Amino acid sequence: MAVLNNLRAGAWRVVELVTTPVVPADYLDVIAPLRNAQVLRARVEAVRPETANSVTLVLRPGRGWARHEPGQYVRVGVDVDGVRLWRSYSITSSPARADGRITITVNAVPGGAVSTQLVRAARKGQILHLDRPAGEFLLGGHVGKTLFVTAGSGITPVMGMLRSRLAEMSDVVVAHSARTRADAVFGDELRTLAAEGRIRLIERHTATDGRLKPADLADLVPDLAERATWACGPNGMLDDLETHWADAGHAHLLRTERFRPVLLSGAGGGGTVTFTRSGTVVENDGSGPILDSGEAAGVLMRSGCRMGICFSCVLPLREGAVRDLRDGQLTVAEAGDSIPIQTCINAAAGPCSIEG
Amino acid sequence: MTTLQRKASNPIAHLTPEDIERIGVELDALRDEVMGSRGESDAKYIRKVIAWQRGLELSSRGILLFSLFPPAWLVGTAGLSIAKILENMEIGHNIMHGQWDWLRDPKIHSTKWEWDNASPSEQWKHSHNELHHTYTNVVGRDNDLGYGIMRVDEDQKWHPMHLGQPLWNFVNACFFEYGIAAYDLELGRNLATKERRRDPRFRGELKKTRRKIGKQLLKDYVVHPALSGPSFLHTIAANFTANLVRNVWTHSVIMCGHFPNGVETFEKTSIEGETRGEWYLRQMLGSANISGSKAMHLMTGNLSHQIEHHLFPDMPSNRYHEIAPRIKDLFQRYGLTYVTGPLPKQVGSAWAKVFRLALPNRGAAAARRPVEKKAPAVAVRWRRPAYDNSDMANS
Repeated sequence: MAVLNNLRAGAWRVVELVTTPVVPADYLDVIAPLRNAQVLRARVEAVRPETANSVTLVLRPGRGWARHEPGQYVRVGVDVDGVRLWRSYSITSSPARADGRITITVNAVPGGAVSTQLVRAARKGQILHLDRPAGEFLLGGHVGKTLFVTAGSGITPVMGMLRSRLAEMSDVVVAHSARTRADAVFGDELRTLAAEGRIRLIERHTATDGRLKPADLADLVPDLAERATWACGPNGMLDDLETHWADAGHAHLLRTERFRPVLLSGAGGGGTVTFTRSGTVVENDGSGPILDSGEAAGVLMRSGCRMGICFSCVLPLREGAVRDLRDGQLTVAEAGDSIPIQTCINAAAGPCSIEG
Repeated sequence: MTTLQRKASNPIAHLTPEDIERIGVELDALRDEVMGSRGESDAKYIRKVIAWQRGLELSSRGILLFSLFPPAWLVGTAGLSIAKILENMEIGHNIMHGQWDWLRDPKIHSTKWEWDNASPSEQWKHSHNELHHTYTNVVGRDNDLGYGIMRVDEDQKWHPMHLGQPLWNFVNACFFEYGIAAYDLELGRNLATKERRRDPRFRGELKKTRRKIGKQLLKDYVVHPALSGPSFLHTIAANFTANLVRNVWTHSVIMCGHFPNGVETFEKTSIEGETRGEWYLRQMLGSANISGSKAMHLMTGNLSHQIEHHLFPDMPSNRYHEIAPRIKDLFQRYGLTYVTGPLPKQVGSAWAKVFRLALPNRGAAAARRPVEKKAPAVAVRWRRPAYDNSDMANS
């Protein structure tokens, strides 16, 4: 076996010598995109509508995928109008699935390029790009009394937890808010679980009943203080819950997951630029290039033509927004992104972090 | 040619500074229009060319495993020559220009691409993107004017070495990839003194180039022939021929970009404080196109649209053809000459210049006209004339 492995490795090395300057995987990618362990991808195996505005995608991850923990999310890269954009989606399937598939459920956000594209145009056989699963919104070893407070697509990480761990848990309350009954993602599945007595479901329809307040919750769940709580939903709801739990003195019982919104300054004129390697922080007023601001602050930066044509000054934008001084084009990076930008023709359009 | 500033009749004398800025504004608007319309079909185009090139290279190398048989040798060599040309021109050159960076695909990105050529991408990008494209045709700043071994402008000083330049040019054409590597390393300058030879930075770059060349040679002249077994020597000959064809072809195309008759050159001091409009105008006057079929444009990596490429080096190459009529119209409206011609004519014109300038200047050219010098000033090529921050905040 060892001999065979050595032979294989040797043969591969020879193939690499022939394909230089690219690697053999670059050739194989054309026919077997899931085989490449260096570039993680997934194939869409099925597209299932959930509500009028959401779909569940069954994905077959390629080589290099690591098993996720219930509650974690995965960053998904989708080419929208040719541009690869990345967004995070909670994994809604159990890691124990025998076929190794994972599911994500996507809600079309108004104005959201990626979510809209996935909900409207995702099709079987399509290749998506993946990152490794990540996230700290986890159950750990917890099996005791539990409360889940969710709203909208905030149900997705919780659904992942319920599908994989509910059998081990004895006393679970799910308080889920959606605009209407028809808008509730996984509504039928939750109602079935409730009918079978496996969870207690508190369903709130905000279009008719208004938003769920922490005070309402105390009435609906009298033993609140005895329950370990996981909450996921809009930031306003999570802020309220955190305040309420802290005031009651049991902040340690509450874990929250925020779907981080993209930070955008309204006017798009300037912001604080943080160079992550050197630690330098400078102000850029939005009227001149980041390159100039960085150099003025003593950051050692590569540069060339200083007019946007030679691409010598490219550095990864890790988070925040920059604006092209030539055509006003905005480039936005979310946490986890690494989008190369030309520092000689981009100005800050809000706070941003640049690797340099 | 003589630098524009020393010419008896100045071809841009009829343009006012306002005209020049207006040209800049028009070109910026055209750029925004095309760059704003980039989308899925462009992405599909480059991925298709890459997939096609890889298929062609793989099958050609496969056929060459049997290169002992003359038909296999011919087909394989022809296929590999085309594959290498495509890789260097339409794919490598254009990706390294950042034309496809907007896809945000790390596999097709200027910072990641390594090409099938002797010179490491990093070094080529510095000498080409940064020096040549910023200082296009400025005598003394743009070393692409003769690559440091030839005299291609009356205003470059004659030296007896230039007597041999038709021969140097021929040798350079045959081994062009090594010529580029030596040029990117600035070998002439860096080997001149002991101090420069020992410069750790130069030694580091030299090591990178040696490694790259080593890998390239190993691939084409050892591993691939060895895999061919009894066809060993025939495969060596095939790979040598494919490299030669690629070298001569790319050299010819590149000669046509800036050397043919009608292309202007510029004085070093003329670009002091250069504005965006002036930079655009210099690109318009300093480049020449090649006319021809769709296949010709593909095989030249769309450098047949050299003028459009120099105006917008980071615009996806498949779009040059589309904007060419509008650029031509702009030339006409401002009374400028759009230099273009079929490949044989342009190659002939460039070679004629190499022969002519092997000898010192004669006649009128021998007398150098004095030029008006500009005071040193910082160039503001990135700044658009109409740029106004308050406008943008409201848009």
